[in-house]
Amino acid sequence: MATFEDVKAVIVEKLGVDADKVTPEARFVEDLGADSLETVELIMGLEDRFGITISDEDAEKIRTVQAAVDYIGSQQ
Amino acid sequence: MSVSGLRRVAITGLGPVTPIGTGAQAFAGAQREGKSGVGPITHFDPADVPSKIAGEVKDDLSAWVDPREARKLDRYVQLALAAAELAVRDSGLSEDELRGERTGAVIGSGIGGVKTFEEQANVLRTRGPGRISPLFIPMMIANMATGHVAMRYGATGPSSTVVTACATGTGSVGDAARYIQLGLADVMLAGGTEAAVTPIAIGGFSNMKALSTRNDAPQEASRPFSASRDGFVLGEGAGVLVLEEYEQAKARGATIYAEIVGYGTSADAHHITLPAPEGRGAQVAMRMALATAGVNPGEVGYINAHGTSTHFNDLHETQAIKAVFGAHAHALAVSSTKSMTGHLLGAAGAVEAIAVAQALHDGILPPTINLTDPDPLLDLDYIPEGAREVQVEYALSNSFAFGGQNAALLFKRA
Repeated sequence: MATFEDVKAVIVEKLGVDADKVTPEARFVEDLGADSLETVELIMGLEDRFGITISDEDAEKIRTVQAAVDYIGSQQ
Repeated sequence: MSVSGLRRVAITGLGPVTPIGTGAQAFAGAQREGKSGVGPITHFDPADVPSKIAGEVKDDLSAWVDPREARKLDRYVQLALAAAELAVRDSGLSEDELRGERTGAVIGSGIGGVKTFEEQANVLRTRGPGRISPLFIPMMIANMATGHVAMRYGATGPSSTVVTACATGTGSVGDAARYIQLGLADVMLAGGTEAAVTPIAIGGFSNMKALSTRNDAPQEASRPFSASRDGFVLGEGAGVLVLEEYEQAKARGATIYAEIVGYGTSADAHHITLPAPEGRGAQVAMRMALATAGVNPGEVGYINAHGTSTHFNDLHETQAIKAVFGAHAHALAVSSTKSMTGHLLGAAGAVEAIAVAQALHDGILPPTINLTDPDPLLDLDYIPEGAREVQVEYALSNSFAFGGQNAALLFKRA
């Protein structure tokens, strides 16, 4: 089961943001400053960390930290 | 206007990031002391490579490059950003003055992001193309130092990237100076950068038998012109210079370290790695640099040699200098700062341009260290005794590359 903290660790590493900015409501692009390439990096990082595959279609819908936690939970 | 009718080019900012020092003051001090920046390789475990020594940059780059940004940049770009920031601060130009289309950048690299390439090639082999980082291409491509420096300063003027292997730094400064001479820019951030202390690059150069294997005495390994030289020592680093239209630099009261007055470039058209007999291509570049400035060979007081510490380079460069300068070759001073820094490949010519600017400004010529057993075939004055206090008016800097590409810059005391 993916915890918020596990997901947060990947986000901090891949986006290079301060940990305290990674709140459940935080949006990757608007709040955490991810550009399109970093968003791909992040999705690949989550796939690696949690051993799942995220389709491009699903990746489009994962726009917040909580959405990532929920999605990963649903896939495991 | 210069004798050629072109605008004059002043060097007003120096940004060296080298194995012997980062920042103009530290770099100048290290040259005076005759310090070696070569040591055991620490960037990776060199157990499996024959050459286990290199000139690594030990300084923490986080003062110049945000560590969070650095994560997305190959080291070769990080070094360039640090060098550019140092050069800009040294020039006294404000960010407002730099922004816009009258400022450009030419920051070359011999190889580009080779560490990134190596890491992602491993991902390809172990996990397949589907796991290659989306940042791989923008981290690795060789024009990204120019790109990032332009973005950092909002420099929207002339932009290009020179990739002429070991002549890159000299070619970059020469091409950038041309943009100012021709009136296409007023300020250019010019230089070179390299971060190739990685297993694949050391492995490749080692197997060419190009690298010194004096692993037990790293600080003595880079020994240009010495009878016991056994190859070059790989170094990493970057050099960026602020070049500025002379009248503008003078009007704002900038420190002008030196002027760039001549530039020559040529091809051996001979062999992929060996120099042409008698350094014929090198002669063409040096003569062109002199001719573009209208300077006679007899007026040159110092040559910063390519001086790699390989048998072929040192021999052919000395032959070429004798051919171009005749009897005056024995009257002028020649030294190789690579004896201290190691060979910074694409950054070498830029770092050496900084060394020459400092030599002309400070009236101190840098030494060739480790020259305790001169090669009897090499009989010029290579400044073996340590830094020499002498004020010269004109100085030349040579760079020669695999592929047979040559470049030479001529500098004038300001």
